[in-house]
Amino acid sequence: MAQVFLPYALRKYAGGVEQVGMLADTLGELIDKLEAAYPGMKRHLVVDGALKPGLAAVVGHTATRRGLLQKLEDDVEVHFITAISGG
Amino acid sequence: MVATYDTKTDYKVVGNSPIRHDGLDKVTGRAVYGGDVKVPGLIWGDVIRSPHAHARIKSIDTSAAESMDGVFAVLTHADFPVADEREISAGEDVVNLKRDQANVMADDKVHYTGHVVAAVAAIDRNTAQEAANKIKVEYDVLTNVSDVDTAMAEDAPIILESLVGDHLGEDVPNTNIAKVFRHEFGDLEQAFDRSDLVIERTFSLSMIHQGYIEPHNATAVWAEDGNITVWSSTQGSFGVRAQTAGMVGVPESRVKVNYVEIGGGFGGKTKVYLAPIAALLSRKSGGRPVKLVMERTAVFEATGPAPGGKIRMKIGVTKEGKVTAADTDLIFESGGYPGSAVGAAAICVFACYNWPASRITGYDVLVNKPKSAAYRAPGSPQASFAIESVVDEICEEMGFDRIQFRLDNAAREGTRRGDGVQFPRVGLEECLIATRDSDHWNSPLGDAPAGKARGRGIATAYWMNGGGKSTCDLMLQDDGTVMMNEGSADIGGTRASIAMQAAEVLGIPAEDVHPSIPDTDSIGFTGVTGGSRTTYATGLAAYNAAHKLVDELKDRLANLWETEVDKIDFADGMFSSDGQTIGIQELAGRLDPTGGPVTSTASVNPSSAGAAYGVHICDLEVDLATGKTDVIRYTAVQDVGKAVHPQYAEGQIQGGAVQGIGWALNEEYFLTDDGAMANKSFLDYRMPTSLDMPMIDTIMVEVPNPLHPYGVRGVGEVPICPPLSAVVQAIHGATGKRYYDLPVKPGRILEATNGN
Repeated sequence: MAQVFLPYALRKYAGGVEQVGMLADTLGELIDKLEAAYPGMKRHLVVDGALKPGLAAVVGHTATRRGLLQKLEDDVEVHFITAISGG
Repeated sequence: MVATYDTKTDYKVVGNSPIRHDGLDKVTGRAVYGGDVKVPGLIWGDVIRSPHAHARIKSIDTSAAESMDGVFAVLTHADFPVADEREISAGEDVVNLKRDQANVMADDKVHYTGHVVAAVAAIDRNTAQEAANKIKVEYDVLTNVSDVDTAMAEDAPIILESLVGDHLGEDVPNTNIAKVFRHEFGDLEQAFDRSDLVIERTFSLSMIHQGYIEPHNATAVWAEDGNITVWSSTQGSFGVRAQTAGMVGVPESRVKVNYVEIGGGFGGKTKVYLAPIAALLSRKSGGRPVKLVMERTAVFEATGPAPGGKIRMKIGVTKEGKVTAADTDLIFESGGYPGSAVGAAAICVFACYNWPASRITGYDVLVNKPKSAAYRAPGSPQASFAIESVVDEICEEMGFDRIQFRLDNAAREGTRRGDGVQFPRVGLEECLIATRDSDHWNSPLGDAPAGKARGRGIATAYWMNGGGKSTCDLMLQDDGTVMMNEGSADIGGTRASIAMQAAEVLGIPAEDVHPSIPDTDSIGFTGVTGGSRTTYATGLAAYNAAHKLVDELKDRLANLWETEVDKIDFADGMFSSDGQTIGIQELAGRLDPTGGPVTSTASVNPSSAGAAYGVHICDLEVDLATGKTDVIRYTAVQDVGKAVHPQYAEGQIQGGAVQGIGWALNEEYFLTDDGAMANKSFLDYRMPTSLDMPMIDTIMVEVPNPLHPYGVRGVGEVPICPPLSAVVQAIHGATGKRYYDLPVKPGRILEATNGN
């Protein structure tokens, strides 16, 4: 079960909790399940069938480059953070 | 699944410092920079800029310019296609085309002094300038929003009326605050309650500029067939392609960007300013090539500085020296349009310590100043200044040893950053130990001459380092040398550091790999040289391409030796099987009967170049009568993962440290009351020179990055971060006063020490 660390702004949809467990094979499936459990969340994460521009999903230790197709291992941590580029 | 590697240790090429492949061209002046570009039929462009920081454009009269002899075209925002307001991914960056287009050329409002309002193309530069000056613009001048306090006030004039702010997930219209976000973990209130000491301070920082030597430039041809060719000084040709295509409304495949050498960028050359203007002027001029080069004043006034702003920082500790909680507000100036580095600052701000509870609130705030851009570890220097200043104050107040306190609370594998993400293997602890054991830390500060005082400062910092898309092609020549095409702009010797990784795999000297950086039609997508990603990601592409080349050569050799591929071994440039051996360079001359040329290509898209940590020590002397400061000794300690080219890695660290020292001591956007920059030349915008600095000593710690086969981490960015606080803590040591506003220029020191 993936451990999802909810962004602060989305915790209101989940009753204020910081973290939820979710069974999913891919990041896309996980977000769909988040939306089913906590309606309203998905529009903050996905636009036009892809991760919202400016948003990065960290799966494990690193930001995934596979977007919604990213496979999720058991007990992996998932974070949604601001995407950044350097100088 | 992220690929991890058992790090190689027996290197033949990596870890040496060969002369860079492009070195001779650069020292002889043969290297071609954007300003050198000359093409047949070239004409020149120039622009006019707003004298006002905030104004509505009532009218633009271009008739006098258009009627001048030698003028081919005049351009205003009305000539741009209507762009989409949505944010899109353009290569590596997120781009709001409508806003970026309006930043390139103002639509109905100007958002900062120096904002481009119109452009001209003419037979020569002087004629273009004269024609531009004949354009008459009528403005309705609006109240200038000069700082974040003014911008966030309830009755603040609104800079970008179409902006709908995202405030913790809520849509908010009529605001200058483009974004408010938060990372919060643990019970902050309880954690502060069980602290023995809580210190809270507020810091202010000015916008500062990257200060690259080469000004922005662009030459473009919009040919009759609709294809656009661009030459432009940039950190990423594909970024120029995406942004130019988007702003002028053509598919990306219609734009070809030729690589030219770059005279510094430091993040400031990831955005385009001139290429779309040059392209549209070319089209209006009948397909003539148009060239624009900025003056230095324009570079300062209108191209991305690093954001200034305010930071509130509150930290709790126990009397045993353990951190308990941290809370910060990062309020960053985005400039005239949304998008500062506050998101990155939030990731970095608490990343050196292991916090039981923390809260980070970020604000991206519009002000009437140039649109901010990336500058070396964007956001992290500002964040490091604030937290390390409070840490220093805590250590002094509680009598903690400054290194031991940091060691006791250091981020390690498994520690969570302020945004919740857990660290893999990181090297902060090793950096702190190297600092503690260094000659500098163990040497006395020495006595200051009469009238002067000395102090020693120390600070740490973090940068996450980027990954991203890169491509590398290899072509084995008959003589055994290898041509290499790669897509990364070479800023810090990356041709060499990338070629060396291919050479290491192939077992040949670095000099036998000849790197080139082709145009965007001739190499696969490669992101910007930025985020400390290039030696890591493009190096990884070179590593993979070299392995593919070896695999292909094994196939060919299996034919020659009439054996099976899996019976052929390859090591140190030699193939062997059943007692037969042949070197790769000898084999190269015998390939014709096996199918001809051998080439390979690899594209990668790795996640991250591994965390970078730095610890800096600064010894500094203050003239108590004048407030003048002199850095007298400086040491930068950094985890580099594996230094592919140690000399260039050291150069990156030294350069970053000097830029950070300038940020601490001198550099600022000094604005008049009406929002104009008063110090828009290198004479008045005081950056450190070699005459101001001692030798910057470096200690490179090598904690291999498990995400790279050679353990490479990004190097170029984190060294700019610790100096801001290390320098200021040294001034505190010398004067006994605390400083919360940057830069700590002589006047501020005198004000603190004498009350002047």
